[in-house]
Amino acid sequence: METQELIKMLAEGSVDTLYMTLVSTALAYVIGFPMGIALIVTRKDGLKPMPAVNRILDIFVNILRSIPFLILLIAVTPLTKLIVGKSYGSTATIVPLVIAAAPFIARMIESSLLEVEHGVVEAALSMGASPLKIIVKVLIPEAKTSLIVGCTIALSTILGYSAMAGVVAGGGLGDIAIRYGYHRYQTDIMLITVIVLVLIVQILQEVGMQISKRTDKRVRG
Amino acid sequence: MNPIVEFKNVSKTFYTKNGPFQALNQINLAIQEGDIFGIIGLSGAGKSTLVRCINYLEVPTEGEVRIAGRDLGKMNQKELRRQRQEIGMIFQNFNLLMQRNVLDNICFPLEIAGVKKADARKRAEELLEIVGLSDKAKSYPSQLSGGQKQRVAIARALATNPKILLCDEATSALDPTTTKAILALLKEINQKFKITIVIITHEMAVVEEICNQVAIVDAGKLVETGSATDVFSKPQTEIAKQLVYKEEANQLEVGGKRYVRVVFDGNSSFEPAIADMILNCRVRVNIMGADMKNIDGKAYGQMILQMPDEDVKAQQAIHYLEERNIIVEEVTAHGNTGTH
Repeated sequence: METQELIKMLAEGSVDTLYMTLVSTALAYVIGFPMGIALIVTRKDGLKPMPAVNRILDIFVNILRSIPFLILLIAVTPLTKLIVGKSYGSTATIVPLVIAAAPFIARMIESSLLEVEHGVVEAALSMGASPLKIIVKVLIPEAKTSLIVGCTIALSTILGYSAMAGVVAGGGLGDIAIRYGYHRYQTDIMLITVIVLVLIVQILQEVGMQISKRTDKRVRG
Repeated sequence: MNPIVEFKNVSKTFYTKNGPFQALNQINLAIQEGDIFGIIGLSGAGKSTLVRCINYLEVPTEGEVRIAGRDLGKMNQKELRRQRQEIGMIFQNFNLLMQRNVLDNICFPLEIAGVKKADARKRAEELLEIVGLSDKAKSYPSQLSGGQKQRVAIARALATNPKILLCDEATSALDPTTTKAILALLKEINQKFKITIVIITHEMAVVEEICNQVAIVDAGKLVETGSATDVFSKPQTEIAKQLVYKEEANQLEVGGKRYVRVVFDGNSSFEPAIADMILNCRVRVNIMGADMKNIDGKAYGQMILQMPDEDVKAQQAIHYLEERNIIVEEVTAHGNTGTH
């Protein structure tokens, strides 16, 4: 393969991978964020204790989290076809990615918000704050640093999942690595692809950590 | 006139894994406007639950809590939230928002109350001046000392012009000097703004320093209540005595010695009462321990004296002190006392 061709292929693969990762993460947050909030709020010691709701959510999240992504990827094919119209390519991969990532994100939001000290919530309650105000003005801003770190982890995890979708011709860098490295024994191309994947993860990780550090007001001075 | 805070037969039971736990048991209490009311008890006595019933952070399982005559139990959530805006609260661990600077922390209760941003900032700046931290407006809580954090918390609690300020072990995390400064600030606030202050503490020194009314809580019950002067000079119950006499009484050596506790309660600081007693009655006394304070030229505090073994001399000396309005109580080696 010509070098130029290779670069073009890798560039397109990278764009596809980023497209899948970013869109899936965004959509997974749309579903996972409210779920995470609900997990916190309905706890026994939460702002609106609802033990039954909490239990159901908890089990639901656990079930989805315990299905291996590769199995989920294949199992939701009918749903993917229904939504996207086809079961291969990067847009199609977004469907299983969102289903796998949303409960993962819900858990991460839950654990981030749990880090906020109860005393601060109690102080807000003593000022007459409503549960909604406490979520918006206390829980989320106080957990900001941890939420940003969580988002970074989510991005790299989803990026990893998206590469797995290469098995079913999901598009992106993973697809290239499997097609050339696995089916055609072109180890060099596979190696380059993996390096590009590693670089992308590194950059995402570094940027996320920097943002979370810069915005944290707890460690200054 | 209605008391500003009134408890009528308030009980609170927590249902835990290990069975029910009664944190409060039939509490009746009245706090008058302008009081600095100290609630003291050992840890686990139920003080924290008691103070949280005042703003309904803990809802009693029985009884009524009234604020200025209005029953909190009859309010809906919205009314209760409005009511809470009139009751400030500060905590042992300050509970400031770590991701907001000092000024924004003070603005927080005003945001909740729906005050316009510009007005809130103006009010926050005023408050910072009152607590003496104007130069720290842009600092973050992690850059402040414990005393400074509590000052910010006080400013925050006062932002909405509350009528009551609840202090939950507000000085327990602070060193003695800072504690004194914070207590002085609370006293100033009480006098300047006529805010009723309720202080929960396990430290007798805090109550001695600023409270005019005291309630003693033990095992969920209110065992003693009255003016600070009365409770300190004549504690009635065992637990009150334990809190008032603290270590002194317990440190005494066992033996046939005669010990007395001498309570100074606003006698002149300039009158050398003990020296006069020694010279007049010609007795040799031994000071075992003393904890005295001079407040505005008046002596407050107590002293444990070892009296001479001869009964006549001892009685004479005790009589001499009592004639000068000094309270004398006999202390046995076990820390039990009996009033003379």
